[in-house]
Amino acid sequence: MILTLARPVVTFVVLIGAWWAATRLASIPFYLLPQPPAVLHALWQQRVLLASATLTTFSEMALGLVIGTILGSLCALAMAFSPRLQRWIMPLLLLSQAIPAFALAPLLVLWFGFGMASKVVMATIVIFFPVAAAFSDGLRHTDPGWMDLAHTMEASPGAILRHVRLPAAMPAFGSGLRVATAIAPIGAIVGEWVGASAGLGYVMLNANARIQTDVMFAALFVLALMTVLIWTVVDRVLRHILYWAPDSNGAAR
Amino acid sequence: MTDNDARTHRPAPGQVDLPGLRISGLSLQYGSRAIFTDLDLTVQGGEFVVLLGTSGVGKSSLLKIVAGLTRASTGTVTASDGRPLAGRIAYMGQQDLLYPWLTVIENVMLGARLRGERQEPDRARHLLGRVSLHERAKALPSELSGGMRQRVAIARTLYESHPFVLMDEPFSALDTFTRAQVQDLTAELLQDHTVLLITHDPLEACRIGHRLVVLSGHPARLGEPIHVPGPTPRAPDDDALLHIQGHLMRILMEGHRA
Ligand SMILES: Nc1ncnc2c1ncn2[C@@H]1O[C@H](COP(=O)(O)OP(=O)(O)OP(=O)(O)O)[C@@H](O)[C@H]1O
Ligand SMILES: [Mg+2]
Repeated sequence: MILTLARPVVTFVVLIGAWWAATRLASIPFYLLPQPPAVLHALWQQRVLLASATLTTFSEMALGLVIGTILGSLCALAMAFSPRLQRWIMPLLLLSQAIPAFALAPLLVLWFGFGMASKVVMATIVIFFPVAAAFSDGLRHTDPGWMDLAHTMEASPGAILRHVRLPAAMPAFGSGLRVATAIAPIGAIVGEWVGASAGLGYVMLNANARIQTDVMFAALFVLALMTVLIWTVVDRVLRHILYWAPDSNGAAR
Repeated sequence: MTDNDARTHRPAPGQVDLPGLRISGLSLQYGSRAIFTDLDLTVQGGEFVVLLGTSGVGKSSLLKIVAGLTRASTGTVTASDGRPLAGRIAYMGQQDLLYPWLTVIENVMLGARLRGERQEPDRARHLLGRVSLHERAKALPSELSGGMRQRVAIARTLYESHPFVLMDEPFSALDTFTRAQVQDLTAELLQDHTVLLITHDPLEACRIGHRLVVLSGHPARLGEPIHVPGPTPRAPDDDALLHIQGHLMRILMEGHRA
């Protein structure tokens, strides 16, 4: 337990130390790479701005995560229930991945406005695919032995989906959701870069334009911290759901 | 309900009021490859028949057809009482097939869960007691040893209280000693069932089977049935058993060469 907490702290301290040493020894100019104390200072100076920006971006990410996960799961379930539906939806899903989410961002801002809605839609799109793909893959690849057993027990297709295929697909769903959580900030931040009046992406863009590299780094730091926290919460919840899957419990112990 | 403790005597095959199994003219073809052709086999009510064969000869395929999981190219599988087989078969596959997200006792009652029937935990606990796993009812399958898992699978099979039991090399993953223990248990607990068990282990066949049949050749055919005398489970050093075991080994090796 202590080791679990110590490891990221050690990593963090070493990284900061290396950064500090690099800026001092190579005397990199401030506007390219600020020194850690400057970033710390900016973090404190801009705390009100950063806090409200974090709240905005967090809401966008969290909403996108929830909506994207629900929609992705429903899509996977629909495909599992009807193979015909799957033959129609799967090519569409793959096609949607051929268009980079970044390319959609300006359109989404145009359609859903400068507010939070366009960013939530953006995050939802980014999260939807990994969840739908991994979950539907898990639903399709149930151990044939488990299926055979259920069939000899005269289970209906609905009962097999609910009691066999669904629980058996949970590990796959879990890995899809972990990937989605890790990339969730991309959706929100890119949306904010294209057009917004709030959020960490907006703060970064503004700071960049004014060469306030320290504020830029402060925002980046907060974003990273927030992503790690959300990921940890999701990971905890998944471990609770997947109490029976030995590898997901043993992985980071 | 066949779970009947009052009937403690070993029933002679065919005498118990249990339906038998009739396989007639069964053939299976995958593409242009014939796995087996024109198989005939009768398992009498209450009889324990063991089907032997080398790897890949088509044993599992045959059992899956009887279980209604695969369709035969030709031929029929019927019950001797004329009623349909579907819904009266308990199947034990090549692995224990316990669902890892369910506890031991939930796995035993799996059939009821899947059919949406009321689960009977008392009966499940009683059956777990008979396989000496009463204390592990709340454990997850991943916390059990291979032998224990196999015993849970036996309890799950018994919980179904179906007259027919099909087993596909159920003990091949166990070490020799554990296997012998689970064989004893199987012979004892499945007395009041019509059983078709598949194995490639001649000793296993001789210890727990009333009648042994060998499947061999390409496409595979069934050999003459071999009766093993005496009550089951038989001692592994029984003279008759050792003799038949040697005989079986020779048939299997010859069949494999052919
Ligand atoms: N779905 C399938 N399609 C094509 N061929 C198959 C299929 N299932 C099984 N076979 C073939 O049928 C033959 C018999 O397979 P089966 O699993 O019944 O063998 P087995 O006797 O149970 O072997 P083992 O002892 O290794 O379990 C094998 O040669 C296998 O390749
Ligand atoms: Mg097999």
